[in-house]
Amino acid sequence: MLKFNHISDLLAISKELAIPLSEIGWRYEVERSDGWSQAIWETMAASLAVMRESVQVGLTQRERSFSGLVGGDAARLFARTDNPCCLTGPVSARAAAYALAVNEVNACMGKIVACPTAGSCGILPGAMLAAAETFHFDDETLIRGLFTAAAIGLIIAENASISGAYGGCQAECGSAAAMAAGAIVEMAGGTPQQSSEAVALALKNMLGLVCDPVAGLVEVPCVKRNAFGAVHALVAAEMAMAGIQSVIPADEVIAAMHQIGLTMPKALRETSEGGLAKTPTALKLTERLLVGRKA
Amino acid sequence: MPGIFDIIGPVMIGPSSSHTAGAVRLGRMARIILGERPVAAAIDLHGSFAQTYRGHGTDKALAAGLLGYHPDDVRIRDSLQTARQEDLSISFNPVDLGDVHPNTAVIHLTGVSGRKTRIVGASVGGGNIVITKIDDFEVELTGEYHTLISIHQDQPGVVAMISSILAANCVNIAFMRVSRRQRGSQALAIIEADQTISDSCLQAIRTAPSVEMALVIPPL
Repeated sequence: MLKFNHISDLLAISKELAIPLSEIGWRYEVERSDGWSQAIWETMAASLAVMRESVQVGLTQRERSFSGLVGGDAARLFARTDNPCCLTGPVSARAAAYALAVNEVNACMGKIVACPTAGSCGILPGAMLAAAETFHFDDETLIRGLFTAAAIGLIIAENASISGAYGGCQAECGSAAAMAAGAIVEMAGGTPQQSSEAVALALKNMLGLVCDPVAGLVEVPCVKRNAFGAVHALVAAEMAMAGIQSVIPADEVIAAMHQIGLTMPKALRETSEGGLAKTPTALKLTERLLVGRKA
Repeated sequence: MPGIFDIIGPVMIGPSSSHTAGAVRLGRMARIILGERPVAAAIDLHGSFAQTYRGHGTDKALAAGLLGYHPDDVRIRDSLQTARQEDLSISFNPVDLGDVHPNTAVIHLTGVSGRKTRIVGASVGGGNIVITKIDDFEVELTGEYHTLISIHQDQPGVVAMISSILAANCVNIAFMRVSRRQRGSQALAIIEADQTISDSCLQAIRTAPSVEMALVIPPL
């Protein structure tokens, strides 16, 4: 049975069997679940469809979240993406708009794919779908990309964490950005080694990011952080495709993230007892939103 | 090691896998354990559940689960109205249960026949749940497997008989836990299995001597 505990294992298997990282993720799941490979492919295709739908819903919906703090920003940003004054260019601006869209849908009790979590559900679809549109990647390439992303995510979950309560936002949005970066490199024709560099580059720059949600809700700062995370993933993939290497290898970056999570104060790990959650504005909002004191 | 779809997935209604998707599963599990249509639910919410249940839609999620919905059902957001229309009255009560998991709920359920049950469960992350108590029995139930729950007399041979019926039906036991109120009284067995437990197999267990109640919970 295919076994991989580290990114280095993925690279070794890929070389030995002459298969891409996506194939390793796919075969792993087939063997693990004793399932049909076509059925597992179809399940991933269904996840892709939900991702697309959540982008579309988010770009057009008029709803606001329970707190009233979230909604409408995806449409606002998307309106600029084809505008000549779009500062970051259409791919980055779309990635950010799509990520906002998915997270706004999530905040408004719509349907999303947790990838790896609900709080970070916009990064992977945002970055991957924006890249796919520009480079005309077909669905097969996108589905493969999701298997690559999942294999990377599994390794991060095993060696560090993908939970904000354990490791802060670096574990959620950092992991999502690393997964997206590694996947986009493969989709764009990069080597497995380049995917690994993209993972390291993306994760390194998210290290230390704390989880400090206002009033404990998956809204502020989560939604907008996803937009940044999606663009972040694209930059990491771009650097890796240019041949830029991370001095610290991916597995060591993941181990560092784990250590940082262990030493991160509890107040900054999804408890809303520190960081942005304790700012004067956040405290006012919290007062208004807490049970029984709703305005 | 978890699976690919634990990372890309679950497909769910937001905003929170533990406060929303997990809460749907807790409600759904409670309905299955009750074994009939619920007409009343009093739900105690502890910790983070108590603090943020409105903002995370935990109330709607629990109601949706009690209506039998899955965590990816788009009707979840309207479930409180639907429950009212279907004559299911639900109340939420923030409580402090002390040193338990921060996302714990106690669900007091009454069914259409008058049957009552009390279920304690926690949403432990990523949409996964653990049921820790059914009535007075300590349990550990995750809904990841085909699960058989039986209440039977605490006497020699009953557990062996249940497991031999499962074996005869080619069902492999993955995990098993037996608990009891006191020696020689009622006992409860939770058996998590790799294969589907068929209706005929369940029927054989139900009609076996000393077995008072048996039910099967499919993977959530």
